[in-house]
Amino acid sequence: MTSSPTALLDVRDLHVAFRTREGVAKAVNGVSYSVNAGETLAVLGESGSGKSVTAQAITGILDTPPGFISKGEILFKGTDLLRMSGGERRKVRGAQMAMIFQDALSALNPVLNVGDQLGEMFVVHRGMSHKDARAKAVELMDRVRIPAARERVGQYPHQFSGGMRQRIMIAMAIALEPELIIADEPTTALDVTVQAQVMELLAELRRELGMGLILITHDLGVVADVADKIAVMYAGRIVETAPVHEIYRSPAHPYTKGLLESIPRLDQKGRQLYAIKGLPPSLLRIPPGCAFHPRCPLARQVCRTDEPPLYEVGPGRRSACHFWKECLVERTDSSGA
Amino acid sequence: MGRYVIRRLLQMIPVFIGSTFLIFFMVYALGDPVAALFGQRAPDPAVAAQIRKDLYLDHPLGAQYVHYMSQVFAGNFGTAFNGQAVTALMGSAFPVTMRLTLVAIVVEAVIGIALGVASGLRRGRAVDTGVLLLTLVVVSIPTFVSGYVLQYLFGVKWGLVNPSVSFAAPINQLILPGVVLALVSLAYVTRLTRTSIAENTRADYVRTAIAKGLPRGRVIRRHLLRNSLIPVVTFIGTDIGALMGGAIVTERIFNIHGVGYQLYQGILRQNSPTVVGFVTILVIVFLVANLLVDLLYAVLDPRIRYA
Repeated sequence: MTSSPTALLDVRDLHVAFRTREGVAKAVNGVSYSVNAGETLAVLGESGSGKSVTAQAITGILDTPPGFISKGEILFKGTDLLRMSGGERRKVRGAQMAMIFQDALSALNPVLNVGDQLGEMFVVHRGMSHKDARAKAVELMDRVRIPAARERVGQYPHQFSGGMRQRIMIAMAIALEPELIIADEPTTALDVTVQAQVMELLAELRRELGMGLILITHDLGVVADVADKIAVMYAGRIVETAPVHEIYRSPAHPYTKGLLESIPRLDQKGRQLYAIKGLPPSLLRIPPGCAFHPRCPLARQVCRTDEPPLYEVGPGRRSACHFWKECLVERTDSSGA
Repeated sequence: MGRYVIRRLLQMIPVFIGSTFLIFFMVYALGDPVAALFGQRAPDPAVAAQIRKDLYLDHPLGAQYVHYMSQVFAGNFGTAFNGQAVTALMGSAFPVTMRLTLVAIVVEAVIGIALGVASGLRRGRAVDTGVLLLTLVVVSIPTFVSGYVLQYLFGVKWGLVNPSVSFAAPINQLILPGVVLALVSLAYVTRLTRTSIAENTRADYVRTAIAKGLPRGRVIRRHLLRNSLIPVVTFIGTDIGALMGGAIVTERIFNIHGVGYQLYQGILRQNSPTVVGFVTILVIVFLVANLLVDLLYAVLDPRIRYA
């Protein structure tokens, strides 16, 4: 992936592993990606592909132990976060780089009212008084369009609906107008109709505040409308990166292709849904060569032995497949038929 | 909330009647208080009959109970066999036990929570293992052993405290007995806090708090501790009720004339009015303590709202 010197966030060759009873689980194996200011990067992958762990390593909320970063750099505005002291790192968190979690009900503290949880950002990072912070909290709740914010600021998370809770999470993330937001499956726990509203709100705020956004998801439908570029992860590696529209038109990796084909479509009613055969590998025993080869329809001998590098496929496009050319051709054929 | 309290208070009535009747039945119907009064000697039948009449013992048991309760609600708990009013015994015993309970609760809450937090945050490390082992040892030692050993060491060998508590039992003399009394509960509080903390450190909202860039101290105090202490507070609350019942063993070791001591004496001498009177009060204390714990629970955890 191209890493311009102006990149807001530049992750380089990141390796994260977890010590478990059974051995060392390699969750992230040499991930590199970058996000520019105002840009949205979607990180796509199944559970266990390492997309959330990468995000946790960036934010610095990785459980260490058992997790540890064995290699790599995370440059945020040119400074390596991994070389910072704990205190410096903490000041970046929340203020310059914020995170939105999947399940707002468990991610919000059940025994503190939302006003306290929102206001806390201002009290801690800005040294505001409790009263001023409260006013800011109401302002934020208005901003994420929670009705009757003034009356509801003293309520507790369980008194809000799922969609409203996720709005509070978003409000907390944008509180100090950070330059980067990492949203880890922000809509997975919500109803479909609410999902769209929340995504819309997030995209809108991102535009207004000019923030960089990393959107972690396994939902291809969510990605198309909001992302500028996509990174597809498999078994702790990036297998394909591309500008968003190109990837839908012509995926350059068999895994991406499989993901796209397994989206249910209304115009194909009655046909059996496509599924990628097999299961993702155990992170304790990632297959040699290309990690995807046991499930890949294009796999050949070379895939079992040689790990594919990220081949340059086009401008801003890379694919970690020895046979990316075939993959590209095939998709064009089938869509033309 | 108000309606909940009223409902709970109403629920107390049958519990109160049931438990006091049971103790009344056990003391008056299963033993003979008049025979107990005379000790080894056989009572003169005429005198015995007179005493039975005076003490309302010549009526059926149900009538005796109703009579006793009506007396209790008028503030008359009867007279102990030595001629002292039971209320006078209570007046001297309950303040002593309350002070002892206070010392014990403070010790178990402060030290127990501190140790629990320290080990819960460092689970699996040396501190944690050490504390766990220590609590195991403490739980396994019966109070009469730890009581006598500490009394000997602090009171006799090193002379740091008075080995025997005076009749007035001021709070400074109750510190060692309070610690002895608290020891087992202290171990439970430590373990409970540790488990609760260890469990909650992995909770999503703690991760959120860290992601917000809050200092570690604030994450622990404001986010982790408040959630983790809910079960601990419940335990300590019920323990207050239990400790108010008097610590028979501890009070005997340190010669404290509290509730446990009086009850023990009452049972030993079959002093029925004392036993029934004290137990009646203890039933009330226990019921109220439990109600307070439930209400405190709702204060600590806003998800619980009693309607």
